[in-house]
Amino acid sequence: MLDTELRTMIDGVKDGRVDRRAFIQRMIGLGLTAPMATQLLAIGGVAMAQSPSPYKPTKRGGGGPLKLLWWQGPTLLNPHFATGTKDQDGSRVFYEPFASWDVDGNLNAILAAEIPSIENGGLSADGKSVTWKIKPGVKWHDGKPFTADDAVFTWEYASDPATAAVSIAVYRDITVEKIDDLTVRVVFAKPTPFWAAAFVGAYGCILPKHLFADYKGAKSRDAATNLAPVGTGAYRFVEFKPGDLIRGEINPDYHMPNRPYFDTFELKSGGDAVSAARAIIQTGEYDYAWNMQVEDEILLRLEKGGKGRTIYAVGGDIEFIMLNWTDPNVEIDGERSSVKTKHPLFSDPAVRKALALLVDRDAIQKHIYGRAGRTTANYLNGPAKFVSTNTSWEFSVEKAAKLLDDAGWKPGADGIREKDGKKLKLLYQTSINGPRQKTQAIVKQACQKAGIDVELKSVVASVFFSSDVANPDTYAHFYADIEMFQIPMTQPDPGLTMKRYHSREVANKENKWQGTNFPRWVNAEFDAAIDAAENETDPVKRAALYIKCNDLMWQDTVVIPVMHRLKVGASANSLRPVMSGWANDLDNLQDWYREA
Amino acid sequence: MSQYILRRLLIAIPSLLGISLVLFIVLALAPGDPFSELATNPNVPPEVRLALRAKFGLDDPIYLRYVHWLVAMAQGDWGFSFTSRMNVDTLILQRLPTTLYVIGSSQLLALMVAIPVGVYAATKPYSLFDQVANTLAFIGFSLPTFFTGILFILVFSVKLDWLPFVYTTDINATGIRWLGEQLRQAIMPVMVLGLFQAASMTRFVRSAMLDVIRLDYVTTARAKGLGKARVIVRHVMRNAMIPVVTLIALQIPAVFGGAIVTEQIFRIPGIGSLLISSILANDTPVVMAVTFVFACLVVFFNLIADVLYGWLDPRISLR
Repeated sequence: MLDTELRTMIDGVKDGRVDRRAFIQRMIGLGLTAPMATQLLAIGGVAMAQSPSPYKPTKRGGGGPLKLLWWQGPTLLNPHFATGTKDQDGSRVFYEPFASWDVDGNLNAILAAEIPSIENGGLSADGKSVTWKIKPGVKWHDGKPFTADDAVFTWEYASDPATAAVSIAVYRDITVEKIDDLTVRVVFAKPTPFWAAAFVGAYGCILPKHLFADYKGAKSRDAATNLAPVGTGAYRFVEFKPGDLIRGEINPDYHMPNRPYFDTFELKSGGDAVSAARAIIQTGEYDYAWNMQVEDEILLRLEKGGKGRTIYAVGGDIEFIMLNWTDPNVEIDGERSSVKTKHPLFSDPAVRKALALLVDRDAIQKHIYGRAGRTTANYLNGPAKFVSTNTSWEFSVEKAAKLLDDAGWKPGADGIREKDGKKLKLLYQTSINGPRQKTQAIVKQACQKAGIDVELKSVVASVFFSSDVANPDTYAHFYADIEMFQIPMTQPDPGLTMKRYHSREVANKENKWQGTNFPRWVNAEFDAAIDAAENETDPVKRAALYIKCNDLMWQDTVVIPVMHRLKVGASANSLRPVMSGWANDLDNLQDWYREA
Repeated sequence: MSQYILRRLLIAIPSLLGISLVLFIVLALAPGDPFSELATNPNVPPEVRLALRAKFGLDDPIYLRYVHWLVAMAQGDWGFSFTSRMNVDTLILQRLPTTLYVIGSSQLLALMVAIPVGVYAATKPYSLFDQVANTLAFIGFSLPTFFTGILFILVFSVKLDWLPFVYTTDINATGIRWLGEQLRQAIMPVMVLGLFQAASMTRFVRSAMLDVIRLDYVTTARAKGLGKARVIVRHVMRNAMIPVVTLIALQIPAVFGGAIVTEQIFRIPGIGSLLISSILANDTPVVMAVTFVFACLVVFFNLIADVLYGWLDPRISLR
């Protein structure tokens, strides 16, 4: 279906035979929605439309204060040092990239005059370069003009290892050339189908050359601007106290008409998610709070007759259970879960399949995630173009029991199934986090009914997610049979998310457990599909390859998806925030306003 | 006396070194690193994290890291925070005024409640007032601050809508309104902390008073015909307050240390919340600095308490 039909449609849009909107409608009909369409059309040779902005205010300012509450506070304001989303949010208020992902996963031009496409000459046909045209007349907050030099400098700054920028991976493999004062070209070494990584989104924020030029490399920490940013954003910097407060004021020279709406900006941090929800929904002290990791039941109760509401954005974040393909109990050359071993239980596909049947996703959604989750059979859940429709899931203790019976796993005297002296006993680990412990309990219960004994283990998040080589409890060491966590999708492209399971990414002692293939799953077909997809410039073929990867993971039961998680925010009733599942909460801050 | 102080100060040096060594080792052995948040970000390959660890010296052996820290600290360089890449001293100084204001006021409130209530209860032991004060004191120190804090928020912010429960350091007002707001937002945290402190202190003051009030010299003073109030204030309190003053002196470091739980509940940007967020983020330089400064203050105020004790009660001689 994908190949020919889509191609005809794309050609149709190109020739003007098919209306853009109708095209997207058809896609939705086919179960392949919005964010895909854009990149697809872009490489297919149709200019990316800017999503119609519902922004209503007709003049700049006059909106009073905008008060935000982040329960984990930004600790620094340099986007290229931002270790977490909180820091990216704080930096993004002042700094801007060429473009941001909007609600539908379209690119929304910020500092760029237009989104590159094949039509406007922005994208090269071979997929090896992107040319960005800069919006003329943009000024830094200190009045200096914004030019191509700043973008080139940002690339030099971030790609210098001595700078210790966290965004280095985005910039080190590209070259950025200045064509003229308002044009830069990003050149890739290899054909790169996903060209919108550099200068887009959180790590795309551009720094002012005139203030950072002396602080490139080893001196990066000394720049006074790290704590007092001078950017191009809708709000100008006033004050910053790490982990406590950011204040800004309206930028009267902002480069977008009628924007921003608010006169002052305040981001307060600290506390916990529940009380943040209270401050928005119940007392109305604040206008918007981020990342509402609060049980849906509580949110529903707060929302009754409150001053605010919760809002949701669909992205590709997936909470899932990962199966260990190697033996966590045998030590070879000083490492357990060595790729040289085979898992004694999971080497039988029946056990893996049975386990997938025992994860009651409906119950988990109903009792734990509520409106913030969707059930899914897929590991890859977005953008829609990449979502497989070939997969399915179900919950059935009976079927699982039958599957195990047929495979020769018979219940022993203690009710636990065994075969050839091997008992079906599993160690199930995850990080300490309310919903995760509840999920563990639900899975354990179902497993017990089917004759599988599950031992639960929870590790403090700071240990579980750490890169500590010496600690056996990290999720990368994976010294357990199954483990559960979430992988966020930070951009509307599956490249990075899927590459994790390539066999060259296996986590082991040799690479100090820095590999991302924690299940140590090795599948030549999957490897080949990933390798092909990485340099495949034909969007349709590329999507098909990633769908194939997802399906291979599903067939082999490498992971058991638990929940496709949505982003949740709490907003005052009158506030109109712009939230996207493909971007950070403040990536489209310039478009926020309040309904009178 | 001066010799005594000098000797105590000299003894403090090895004990502080010992404290810093223990703190450092415990922190270094604690699992996790400040860049764990990067781990789940698919845009950041693991080698970036490794490079950052190496750059910040996290991969050096512990003894080397300790020596580096100690040498820098001795020269007044407190290092920089891994999470904000800001100098630790700036970070602490930024938080100090708020902590001093909130925790200081709560200590004052505690004293203002505890001393009169304790003294009055002791003058009439087992009276109705004493019973009520005792009961309240028991309730007060049995209820943890995280419970009373949330209770206060639910009652005064959510139900009655009288007080804000998010503490802001920057109040957008000037003059009398600024002062009013500043007081208004501090009411709840100060109450929560102050009453908790007051509860245990009341019990302490009461028993100290009871110890003294029974002594013969008090009876003598009364027999001389001195007024009751005068005897209580001039004769009894003066002696009963000696242990109370030392207790207060030992409490003062806590004023600088902040209150982790209460600060977290009310979002007060004080030292306590800095400490807890740094611990959670494995931000070793900040944790080291805060805990070490706290240790110094404890040692220092212990010394002050001892000196005060000798000064208030000349029977105790310091040698």
